[in-house]
This record gives sequence, C-alpha cells and structure tokens, in this order.
Amino acid sequence: MSTAGVMRPQATVEKDSSFEPLLKPIYKGKKLTDEINTAEDKWNLLPAFLKVKGLVKQHLDSFNYFVDTDLKKIIKANELILSDVDPEFYLKYVDIRVGYKSSSSSKDYIVPPHECRLRDMTYSAPVYVDIEYTRGRNIIMHRDVEIGRMPIMLRSNKCILNGASEAQMAKINECPLDPGGYFIVNGTEKVILVQEQLSKNRIIVEADEKKAIVQASVTSSTHERKSKTYVITKNEKIYLKHNSIAEEVPIVLVLKACGVVSDLEIMQLVCGNDSSYQDIFAINFEEVAKMKIYTQQQALEYIGSKVKTIRRQKLTTLQEGIEAIATTVIAHLTVEALDFREKALYIAVMTRRVVMAIQNPKMVDDRDYVGNKRLELAGQLMSLLFEDLFKKFNNDFKANIDKVLKKPNRAMEYDALLSINVHSNNITSGLNRAISTGNWSLKRFKMERAGVTHVLSRLSYISALGMMTRISSQFEKSRKVSGPRALQPSQFGMLCTSDTPEGEACGLVKNLALMTHITTDDEEEPIKKLCYLLGVEDISVVDSDSLHLNYCVYLNGTIVGVIRFATKFVSHFRSLRRSGKISDFISIYTNLHQKAVHIATDGGRVCRPLIIVTGGESRVKSEHLQQLLNGGLQFDDFLKLGLVEYLDVNEENDSFIALYEKNIEPRTTHLEIEPFTVLGAVAGLIPYPHHNQSPRNTYQCAMGKQAIGAIAYNQFKRIDTLLYLMIYPQQPMVKTKTIELIDYDKIPAGQNATVAVMSYSGYDIEDALVLNKSSIDRGFGRCETRRKLTTVLKRYPNHTQDMVGGMRVDENGDPIWQHRALGPDGLGEVGMKVESGQIYVNKSVPTNASDSVLTQTQAQYRETPVVYRAPEPSHIDQVMMSVSENDQALIKVLLRQNRRPELGDKFSSRHGQKGVCGIIVNHEDLPFNDQGIVPDIIMNPHGFPSRMTVGKMMELLSGKAGVLNGTLEYGTCFGGSKLEDMTDILIKNGFNYSGKDMLYSGITGECLQAYIFFGPIYYQKLKHMVLDKMHARARGPRAVLTRQPTEGRSRDGGLRLGEMERDCVIAYGASQLLLERLMISSDAFEVDVCNNCGLMGYSGWCTTCKSAEHIVKMTIPYAAKLLFQELLSMNIAPRLKLEDVFEQ
Amino acid sequence: MSNIVGIEYNRVTNTTSTDFPGFQKDESAAWDVEDFKKSFDVKITSLDEREANFDLMRIDTSIANAFRRIMISEVPSVAAEYVYFFNNTSVIQDEVLAHRIGLTPLKVDPDMLSWIDPSLPEAEKFTDENTIVLSLNVKCTRNPDAPKNCTDPKILYHNAHIYARDLKFEPQGKQTNTFAKNPVVPADPDILLAKLRPGQEISLRAHCVLGVGSDHAKFSPVSTASYRLMPHINITQPITGESAKKLVGMFSPGVIDIDGNGAAYVKDARHDTVSREVLRHEEFEDKIKLGRVRDHFIFNVESTGAMTPEEIFFKSVRILKNKAEYLKNCPISQ
Repeated sequence: MSTAGVMRPQATVEKDSSFEPLLKPIYKGKKLTDEINTAEDKWNLLPAFLKVKGLVKQHLDSFNYFVDTDLKKIIKANELILSDVDPEFYLKYVDIRVGYKSSSSSKDYIVPPHECRLRDMTYSAPVYVDIEYTRGRNIIMHRDVEIGRMPIMLRSNKCILNGASEAQMAKINECPLDPGGYFIVNGTEKVILVQEQLSKNRIIVEADEKKAIVQASVTSSTHERKSKTYVITKNEKIYLKHNSIAEEVPIVLVLKACGVVSDLEIMQLVCGNDSSYQDIFAINFEEVAKMKIYTQQQALEYIGSKVKTIRRQKLTTLQEGIEAIATTVIAHLTVEALDFREKALYIAVMTRRVVMAIQNPKMVDDRDYVGNKRLELAGQLMSLLFEDLFKKFNNDFKANIDKVLKKPNRAMEYDALLSINVHSNNITSGLNRAISTGNWSLKRFKMERAGVTHVLSRLSYISALGMMTRISSQFEKSRKVSGPRALQPSQFGMLCTSDTPEGEACGLVKNLALMTHITTDDEEEPIKKLCYLLGVEDISVVDSDSLHLNYCVYLNGTIVGVIRFATKFVSHFRSLRRSGKISDFISIYTNLHQKAVHIATDGGRVCRPLIIVTGGESRVKSEHLQQLLNGGLQFDDFLKLGLVEYLDVNEENDSFIALYEKNIEPRTTHLEIEPFTVLGAVAGLIPYPHHNQSPRNTYQCAMGKQAIGAIAYNQFKRIDTLLYLMIYPQQPMVKTKTIELIDYDKIPAGQNATVAVMSYSGYDIEDALVLNKSSIDRGFGRCETRRKLTTVLKRYPNHTQDMVGGMRVDENGDPIWQHRALGPDGLGEVGMKVESGQIYVNKSVPTNASDSVLTQTQAQYRETPVVYRAPEPSHIDQVMMSVSENDQALIKVLLRQNRRPELGDKFSSRHGQKGVCGIIVNHEDLPFNDQGIVPDIIMNPHGFPSRMTVGKMMELLSGKAGVLNGTLEYGTCFGGSKLEDMTDILIKNGFNYSGKDMLYSGITGECLQAYIFFGPIYYQKLKHMVLDKMHARARGPRAVLTRQPTEGRSRDGGLRLGEMERDCVIAYGASQLLLERLMISSDAFEVDVCNNCGLMGYSGWCTTCKSAEHIVKMTIPYAAKLLFQELLSMNIAPRLKLEDVFEQ
Repeated sequence: MSNIVGIEYNRVTNTTSTDFPGFQKDESAAWDVEDFKKSFDVKITSLDEREANFDLMRIDTSIANAFRRIMISEVPSVAAEYVYFFNNTSVIQDEVLAHRIGLTPLKVDPDMLSWIDPSLPEAEKFTDENTIVLSLNVKCTRNPDAPKNCTDPKILYHNAHIYARDLKFEPQGKQTNTFAKNPVVPADPDILLAKLRPGQEISLRAHCVLGVGSDHAKFSPVSTASYRLMPHINITQPITGESAKKLVGMFSPGVIDIDGNGAAYVKDARHDTVSREVLRHEEFEDKIKLGRVRDHFIFNVESTGAMTPEEIFFKSVRILKNKAEYLKNCPISQ
C-alpha cells in the first residue's frame, strides 16, 4: 500500500512547473543534499499540501463532489416520472453527466473562461442524462439527452483549466496563478461565499439561567424538508415542542407514543440508574398519569389531536399521531414498519441531555463552538438549487406528458423525448439567475436567501484570494450579541485569527486559515457496519436497562449502539482510518461527560492536517521529508502512510497537540505542521505579525485588499468595469513563507520604499506622509486605472438596428473636436486621448424602432453617442467588438488613465498604518545620509507609540539588512529572520546596529541632531485616490422636485450646509449668511402672495380672491412653497400674514 | 567652539557652526576673502567619467550644501520631454514607455542647446537649436534560425528586447554639422525599454529638450550628489591588548590600527562609516570620542553620463555665482 504513492509516475510531478520552486527548500538556502532537520523542515508539508489542494480546495472539492456524486444521488432520488393518465407509462433517469457524452470519451468543447468574460457569456457545460422510457409497448433507452447547461466552477474537474499546463493556460489567456473556485455568469465572475451554519441533525443543549429554561433542540434536515424539534423544560417538567404540534407535549407521553409504554423503561432510558437524574425526572410521570394515558394508542391519539395539519383528506387522530411521530418529529430519522424504537431512543437521549443540564448547568453546548458549526459551500448550495429545478423540470414534464396522453385517439405513438427538450431552458436559466442575482429561493424548504453570491473583487490578487476564503455567517448583523463575534479558541488553526472586517460584520465574516479543509459528505452505512464489526452492540438489540451503563456510539448525531471499551474502540477506529481503509475525513472522538463516542461523516466540517505522534515521537521522519523534497512522496502519500491525518474541531479537542517537536511529551498525540498556519492567506502577508498589536493585523487584512498592484498574469487582456494596476510593482524585501505559497511575490501589490521615520515640515501630522518628488518622477507609486464601457447595438423587431456612424468633419476635412478620438468606423481609435466632452462610440439609434414592419418608412437615425465625462482625460486602451450569447453586437471600450501620486493619495504599510500624502518635497530638500541616499517616504514617528506596530520596525531592520546583504529576508509569523542576525548584518556593513543613521538636513546641509530610523518598508498604494474624489461646484444641476442643488459627486452636487453648521451660523448671528446659504444659493423662489387671503397666487393674480389687489411678490425657499401646497392638498390652509418690516 | 560635530550614543551635538559676526563678543568672525583663500582647500580623491570624489575643506556648510542642491536640481541637462507615437502594438502602454524613454539619460552636451520658449505656439516651439529628435522604430520578428527547444525569447525572436541603444538620433537642420562629432546616444545603452513578441512593433519620435532637475528628476544630471563630513576619532585613553583588537573590528577596515606597543591608534579616519558600534560597548566608555569635522566635506558626485562630474560641479559653482551676482544687482540689496 505504501508503495502506491512512491511509485507514482514522475510526469505528474513535473507537469506543473509553477509549484516546482515551492518544493525546493528555499528557506535559509538549504540544498537537497543538506541534512534534514525534522523540527525545521516539516513545514515543507505545507507547500506539499497546497500543491495537492490549492488555495481554494474547499470550493473545488465541494463542487466536484456535487457534479460527480451528488448529481447522481439527486437523479436517483427523483428517478421516476409516472403519468397519472397512462399507468403503463414511465420514464426513468438512469445516469447523469456534466460536460461529456457517454459516447465520446473526451470532454465537450466549452467556450474558454476568458472568452466568456469578454463576451458576457456564461461559462457552462451541458448536463446530459440517460433515460429509459416507454413508447407504446416498447421500452426505449436514450443516452445523452441534454437537459440544460450547468455553470462550471473554474478549475473544478469539469473545467477545461483542470490539469492544464502554464502554456496551455497562456494560450487561452488564463492566469496560471488564478485560484479558480468561482463561476462566470453573463461575463461577471461570481463567488458563492462559504456559509456558516449550526450543524444539522445534532442535539444542541442550551440553558437560559434567568428564565430557568433548559432546552435541547435538533434541526432535522432531509432532502424533502427541514424542521426543528425541541425538548424543553417548563415549570421544571420536560416537554417536547415542535412547530407542527400545537402545544408542548409531555415528554413521557411522547415516549409512550413511541412505544416505550412502561414507566420503568422510560426512567431507564432517560436516567439509567443515576439517582440524581431520577429525582429530577420523576416529576414528569405525574402529569401523564393524571391524563390517564397509559398506552401507546392513547398517547398517539393525544398527539394526533394536537397536530396542526392542512391535509386534503381527513385522517383519524390516531393516524395523525402516527404520522406526526413517524415523519414530522425528528424528521431526519426514517421510520420503517412503524418501529419507533430508534426515535424513542433519540428523544430519550435528548431528554437525558436536558436532565444532565438541569443537574449540572455546565453540561450545555456552546453554539459558537466551531465543532458545532457546519460550513455550506458552493456544491451544497448548487445541489439544493439543482434538485429544486430538477423537480420543477420533472413536474412540468409530467404535466406535459399527461396533457398529451389524455388525448384519446392519438395518431402516433407518443414519444416523451419530444417534450423533454421544451423545458430544457428552465434548469439553465434557473441556475444562471440564482448565481447572477444571489437569490437562492427553494420551493421545497420555502427558503429565500439573498446575497449568497458576490462579484469576485478583482481590486488586487489578494482581494480575489481573500474573497475565496471568506466565510459569511447567518447571524443577523444588527443584533448586539458578542458571542458569535468573539474569537473562539476552537478557531485555532481553522479560521484566521486576524482577518475579519471592522464594523457591523466584525467577527461574523471570517476567513479560512491556510491549511483548512472542509469535508464533503461520506457514506454512513459502511461506517455503521464497521462499528458493529469493531464490537459495537446494535442499539436495536440493547435493552433499556443497560443502555447507559456503557458508552453510546453516535454516528452523525444518531445513536447506533453501545460499546463497553470505548478507548479501545476509538483507537481501533483511528488506526483503520490511518491505514486508509476508511475516508481520511471521518472523525471520531470520545465525550467523557456524556459517556459517548461520536463519529462524524457529514460534510461541512472544518478540519486540518496534523502530524501523528506515537510513543512520544513524530511519525514524520527526516527520510520522509527528504523524499518529499525530491518529489518521491506527495502529501497524499503522507496520509496513506499514516504519518499525517486530518482532524476536525471535535477530534482536535480530544487530542493532545504539540506546537513544536521539542514540546512532545509521552501523552502527545499530534504535532503541529507549522504554527503560522493559524493565519489565513491575507494575514499571511504581514511580516512579523506576532510582534504587532493584534488590531493592526486586522486593519492590514482589510487594507491589503485595497492595495493597487498586479492582478493576474492576464491583467492586460481583461476588460473589467474598473481595474487598478500598479506600473512598477515590486515583491517585498521582507517576505513571509505565506507570501511565497500564495504567489504574492509573483503578483505583488506595493513597492519597497526607503522610509525615514522623522518629522519633517509639519505636513506630516496625523499620519500624513512626505513623499519624495524625484521618487515619484522615477515611477514610485504610479498606477493605472482601466475603466470599461459597454455598448450594445440592439436589433429591433421591425428589422431596424442601432448602428455606429463615422465621424463628422469640418470644412478643412479634419474631424470636429468632439470626434477627434474617433476612427473612420465611428469607434474610438486605440491609443487616442479622449477629453471630457469628446465622443468615443458614435452610436445612432433608429427613431422608428417601434414602427411595424409593414408601415416602415426610410430609417431615420438619432445620434446617441457615448460621451466621455471626467475631470481628467483618458486614453483608449482597447476596443472590443463581439457578439453576446443572444446575438447582439457588443462593443466594449477600455479607457486607461495613468496616475502619478499626488497630495491626498492614500498609502499604507503592511501593519495597518495608513496615511495620505501630505506634501511632495523636492529631492534636494530631503535629508540624506552618508551614502547620499534620500528617503522616498518620510513617516512621522508619532505613528509608533500608540499603534505599537513593532513588526514594522522589525520589517525595516530586516529589509535594510536584506538590501545590504543582497538577500530577501523573512518575516514569517512565529519565525522569520532573527533580529540579532539582522543587526549583525547591519554592523558588518558599517551601519549602526539599531538601524538609525546620521542624516544631514537637505535644507541647511547640517547634521540632524537625532539619529533617524532609516530603511526600506514595503508600502502599498491604496485605491482611494484624490482624483476620484475631488469635487467642487459653483453652479450646477438641481433636483426636480425641490429645486435644491443635487447631492453627491456623481451628480455634480453641492456641498450641504447641514443642520449642525446651520446651528453654528445661527449662534453666531450671521443672519445674512444664513439667508444666502439656505435660500438664495439653494432654492430661492419668487411667489405671489395674496395679503388678503394669505394664499399663493400666480402671475400677479389671486385665484382665491379673484383679485390682483393685495398681491405681494416675495422670495421664499421652493421647499417652503412645496410644503404649503402639500398642506393645501391635505385640506390645511397655511396662510401667510405679511407685515412691513419697518413700520411707517 | 570646536568644529567637531559630536557623535554620541543617541544624539548628535554641535551641529551648527557659530563663526559668524556677532556670535561672540570678542571675536569679529567676519568673513574675509583673503582668509578664505588661504584656508580653503580642495583635494580630489578620485575622478572619472561617471564619478568624482573630492574634499572641500574649511568652507561653510551653507555653501557646500548649495553646491549639492544646485547639482541635483538646477544644473540643466537634456532629456526626452515629448514623445509622439505613430504605432505601438506592444504590451507596454504609451505613457509608460514615454516615461521610460524620458528617464533614459542621454549623452548630450546641454550647452549645445538653447532653452525652449514656452510662450511660442506648438508649431514654432521646436527648432534645431533647442530640440533633439530621437526615434525608435522596431519590429519584432521570429528568428528562423533559432535552435529547436529553445525557450529564450532573445534567441527565438529578433528585437524581443528593446534597449536604450535602439533610440536613433535624427539630426535636424544644422545639427548634422554641430553634432557630427558626437552624435546623441543614450549614456547607458543597455537600459531595457520594452519587450516585444513577434508581430508587435513600436514606432515613435521623442523630442528632447533642456530642463532642470527641480522640474523633473529626469533632467537632473546626477544620479546623486551628496557629501559626508570627515569622520574624526579621538582615542582619549590608551586602549591596548585584547580591547585594542576588538576596537579594530568596530570600525571599517583600515581605520584603526595597532602600533608596536599594542595600543590602538587612528590610522585613517576618512574610511570610517561612523557606525557608532564602539559606543555600544561599555568597556570603551570615556576612552574614545567620535566626531565629524564640520567644515570638511567629502563630496561624491555621480553623473548620469551626459556630463563629467567635474563639469557638473563647475556648473553648479557658476550657477551659484550667477545667483549671487543677481542678488547683488537686485534693487533690494542696495
């Protein structure tokens, strides 16, 4: 077994060369021949892990599971379509495939993803089914019937990028470093965020100490329905509560309804022989005894009478009761042959948990504990959606068949295949619509969920990557509870401790850590059988008396049996998993408090790999790492060899994990692969994060996503709505291992700036930065914006269509100014500059588009050109003409702007220290050191004491040492280059050990009296630039209704003098200013007021008094006039009484 | 007061000079040309095409700094300012390529050109007296002779990499004669401007004009011009034996030596980088004093290649002189 991995052909290893450097021992220049130190080199398992799994493995695994396994299950569950009319007729789905036909072994051609992006198409593959149906008397098999198209997740196993080499990717304009894991729907990239939920089909015990309520609840979820069952205390008695049962039912009654009629047995099931439990529970018998319910029939009838049902045909109360117990209560347990034993045990276990929590308030569960959470991924959501659509498809199909079959005398034998194609669009458009809008509406569960998908943010590579690892919680953002937002200790290694947004979503939106894996569903049945083989006694044969004497074994929350020697069972089970006999992702752990062994095979659990430790020794030895480095072993082989295993949160809590090899004790069960994996991909960019104040790391996580840099290798091929690119991005001088693993060094977003930490000029207060003009001249912080404008040339029903005209010329034959950027085809010419007011697509629309074809006259065209409006000119970068999926001509114009940093542009280091450019200083005025080096950026030292970003100082020192030494230094979390080594390098190169240099003032030429902390720090330019925000207005547009100036920069709006500003003006007594600001410069309006009736007239005439005698002209705000009129419309007459200001 | 700037563990003392009139009551300290002539000294350490290293001694900081500032920002030089694109099908954007061409240092004597009159209309602005025209016309093609399995684009294609040397001088009018001897070439021919792939081409013309560094860094004739003060090391108490050996290691090589008696002595303070390492160690406390000579400037001028460093320095002197003259003739000064 162990040789399987070793013998793997070398070709696969060599194929993707992009990972090759990762597998080389880069760290500290170690060569293959060097001695392997397990303590230091075990981190190489991490790149090996990422090589196999990639950064978005959770999404890909989930989607692959959906298209390969789940689709088949859905088909199986809905395989038959029968006709109500013709009992002979049936149609059966035999098989389903995505992307390839059964006849051909190769995949179908699908339009490559980048073409889909450019042409606003959906990246999808056809879904084929094999069907078997009757036509008359014959049974017909039909293969490869297309029932719709399925959007394909990029890089999944159905994607054409799967397994493609870098050269192949380049050929189809795809970036080899792009993580994939998203969909392309109508040309936009959509991500289905990971959804965090409370685990399904598990008992959760909670207590409300104030109200003295203890409740155990379970959310049952099956393919058909979702329901929640509670076992709850009320007046110290225990009841069962369910939405479909009108009132709480005494628990003893429920158990009796389930066939446990004897009070003794009920007591045994719930309490065992624990007398304290018995004391608590005993009271419950009384109520049922008083009701005189002793038999199962009585109990069922009682329950039946309480059931809320909307049923067509009435059932007897007994039948209702049976129905309720069998299907609605704890719906995920299926009842066969009216044997309620299993359900009775489940309810008894729930009750027991409640009793335990009453007896000991600490025996409650924590909702926020990560082990009680499940992460729902793209595959699961797609599967829900697909099943819903498929059911609808089948229903429509059935209705269609019925309609045809109902006709008595058909000329031909009916072929069902003909009507299947009619509905094929439903599935395609349903999937597309859901992904593109993010509204997941499922009829079955009456579920309406909005905001499931998001547009993949392509602001920077990191922002795209950060989006792929994001987890959104189902919790309401407005609720003011701290529990779900707090950092849970169980998040260690699973969810990033730093990466969460600030503000309302703080702690609710989380990110996955670097080594996390999310499980997919595994088969339960074989595990159950395995348990019995390992000595578990089947629960159906265990007598109630001895139930709680031994350890109960739970499989996915359901009790399946008991075992006497739990430890032995668990260790046997684990060794089976380690030897690869069962899936790696099945977890098992013992809960000593509950005397239970839990086995979980369900999907959505977070887990991570750890090195197995046996006998106080790590199983991963130097020879294994040696083989890993020279490609003999891969990560999966480590799993197969039983050196490494995946632990989920629950099992992790049952283990004793050593952080470092030196910490291993005899009790240790596992060893951490690498401690820095507690952070995610985004937090991994920060050098020396373990020296920073923790909120600073969180701030950087938010800001790293706004940094301008390179986006992908195909960035110049992309036509996105808005793209920011840096002209000269650099990889950071101080890297981290994470940076190398996520290829940030290949697609960086920032530049290494020489920073002097000193105060200069006073334009650097409040975090403002002083920038060196020469550095800017030479390209520091330069960036480029690329903006897309899409125009569609429409076709109208009367055969007219939009057209693009040429350009107009003046008398000299030169194009007029507005058309200067146009070419003879009426489209902007690539490379031309367009200024505000100029046209870059000269489109015309037919004026008679609504006429019918018959009355058509000569087509008249009205010019509707696309005009460029922006304060700064742009250049035309690309013009694309194509045809979209619905055959309409599509024109995309990409406008580019080159920007150099200016006052007010925002910059930030990697330590949550942002600042705007406060002044740009000439080279000669800046301080210089002995070498004549001048800083690119001067940062005010006041930024340090309160922020406590020691990591930034260490970055500077390591960066400076790296520059002098010609090396890239590391600032990896919990590791990195040591400060002592760095200072030694500084000293060796004739610098002061502290990184502080003596500087000369550029202005006076004299030495500065203090030594200045001076060296390179990686700075990011953030997307907030003054050019996009600057705004001023003298005169401009007004709102239609109020005639007040419009609001906002985009509408050329005014700057509001708000209430508080108004208060100031009033307090100051500047009444004329008040009048000018609030009326004259806003919405002054001249009205004719009749001094007789006090109402407003017009044109010097009062319509109320029918006279012009008392009309007075006056100026009031238009808003006031509007108010008077609105009041009039409500039958309130506001009358103006006018008097002279100065009495005569 | 001494003219030694004190280098202490965490501060620099005595940074400003005080030898100006009125600072001390019994000393006039008025500046005197004759005294200056006598005391001022220049010592050239090294001088070549690109770099000069020389000392100015016994000169005031303000003057030395003025030279530095002028060299960086006010000595004119020639750089591409207007770039006209006829065709550019490469991946590099017009603006970026123009920026790169602008930053390419050119070997042009700035005295050969006159200043552009910005008030003139665009058509008349550029003449053969004030503008140098460079052109770049390149097209990338496949190399049919490239060996198979070759992956190096430089071998696979012709003109895959475009360097500064590909900029061609186009003499205008009388420039054919005036620039006959020394045609305009980039100072560093190996600066990479762009990368091309087969089928891509660049065709452009650049107008190079006179400018100063304060306008744009590309007009600065120096990569850097700066000075440092002469280090000064004073061993106040004899240091011998092991600590002497240790002391040697704390300075740049060749600064401290050990004499026959095993005592450390300052051999050549000039080479010291003043890393202040010695101040970290308690054993040398009060035994050694670091300082820098305030009026001894060790200049380092690195030219971009258009002019020799000494020319740049002389020009800075001339500009300073002109400024002084202008100030002298200003009505305010009378």
